Amino acid sequence: MADTRKMIEVEDLVTHYGTRMILQGVSMDVREGEIMVIMGGSGSGKSTLLRYLMALETPTSGTMRILDRDISELSMKEMFALRKKLGVAFQGGALFSSMTVGENIMLPLFEHTDLDRQTMDIMVRLKLEVVDLAGFEDLTPAELSGGMIKRAAFARAVIMDPRILFCDEPSAGLDPVVSSALDDLILRLRDAMGMAIVVVTHELESAFKIADRITVLDRGKILFIGTVEELRNHPSERIQNLLNRRMEDDPVDPDEYLRRLMGEKMQEGATA
Amino acid sequence: MPPTSTSGSVSDFLERVGRAATSSFAEFGFAGVLVAQSLFWLFFGPRLRQPVRMGAIIAQMREVGINAIPIVAVLSTAIGAVLAMQGIISLKKFGAESQVTFGIAISMVREFAPLITGILVAGRSGSALAARIGTMKINQEMDALEVMGINPVRFLVAPALFAMIVMVPALTIFSGFMGLYAGGLYVGIDLSVSMDAYITQVIDALDAADVLHGFAKSIAFAVLIAIIGVMNGAGVQGGAEGVGKATTRSVVQAISAIVITDMIFVLMATQMG
Repeated sequence: MADTRKMIEVEDLVTHYGTRMILQGVSMDVREGEIMVIMGGSGSGKSTLLRYLMALETPTSGTMRILDRDISELSMKEMFALRKKLGVAFQGGALFSSMTVGENIMLPLFEHTDLDRQTMDIMVRLKLEVVDLAGFEDLTPAELSGGMIKRAAFARAVIMDPRILFCDEPSAGLDPVVSSALDDLILRLRDAMGMAIVVVTHELESAFKIADRITVLDRGKILFIGTVEELRNHPSERIQNLLNRRMEDDPVDPDEYLRRLMGEKMQEGATA
Repeated sequence: MPPTSTSGSVSDFLERVGRAATSSFAEFGFAGVLVAQSLFWLFFGPRLRQPVRMGAIIAQMREVGINAIPIVAVLSTAIGAVLAMQGIISLKKFGAESQVTFGIAISMVREFAPLITGILVAGRSGSALAARIGTMKINQEMDALEVMGINPVRFLVAPALFAMIVMVPALTIFSGFMGLYAGGLYVGIDLSVSMDAYITQVIDALDAADVLHGFAKSIAFAVLIAIIGVMNGAGVQGGAEGVGKATTRSVVQAISAIVITDMIFVLMATQMG
């Protein structure tokens, strides 16, 4: 993977809101065909970094190259062309509630291509099959479950065959089974389409399953970049503490969670 | 209690005034940019192969215009009848009740039709626009549009602005007709004036300037409602509660802007003769 092309290259990115520093000299790269997972606790700056990687923000300090183009030098037209090569699956799906699932997925094709309706319908059906949602194109997002919304968001994100796919907290709010299925979907998309994938998550289990490399952010600085094995065996006490704390925080076992919840309810009843 | 410094509180006050003034200028600037960008996409979008979608415009026109017809009809009828009742009572004191048609026609066409329509559309569609854009913002749908290379102004603002500019004047004309008709019915009952005679009096009372006055106002109101709705929606912060606040703020601001703009129109019209 190390000798493949750099799809994203960030150098010394610094950003702040008012006087508060958010990112402090972040440097990293994402290579063709790799899954880069960005991890970090609340306030570590991972969401801000993702906005920069998606070209939603332009750096004022540091450089940011996406597909070999320095994004601070791009004209509006060039930025428009670049964005057609990026796909994003947002945390909550960000599907348009006034449109059906099929119309949501078709939107980028409708806006950016001259394809006829029949071809677009076929492409939508194909992508829905890839994400295991075949036959759901006529439903509205309100009629879908959380996991299905995320799958539909993935289908929309890859409808234009992007060179880079961004996934913001794909497992957030999902039960472990659905979350694991989404991890499989991310791996399948990478294998089938060969794109670079950037995933922001706080779920260790998921990160270890899908990542080729992991970037750990802490208070706006990069603590670690490397493979899963390198992370697991990293000698730094700070990193190990961070990982162990997160692992303990992960509510993984649903049965245990239900038992705890029932216990609390019974205690509340006894107190009342 | 620490001693307070008069110069300190004065400078604080001036700083607050300065900040408020700067923020207001920034908002005016943002509004201007939104209108300019919307017009750009409406006229030059097709040339750039990024047209404002007709489907979105028609959906907005249906929401802003067609769906508002019943409530505009009811309120305009009521206002027309009230104008006739009050007019007859007032003019009877001078024995001039036969001149009531003049008052109804001028008031309805120049003032009440654009005002009622503007206020109703601000309450129905301006607030809905703010809520829609605010919800889209907190659901990251605006970010999704940008990442997909779809300009949010072209996709959301331009259709709403165009629909308002077409439908608010259309509703204003409809409101004028309904109000005049209701006034005519009451005048017919109270003063035994036939509808034909009433219509002739209305036509005699009005000239092109009156109609243009009402029409121009309605276009100004349409732009204000759309831009205030969009600005409040785009400024939403803090989840569902933020959407609620933005919606309320958009209605209050739009109605205030409509009434103040109305006053400026009347002032200009009277000063210019």
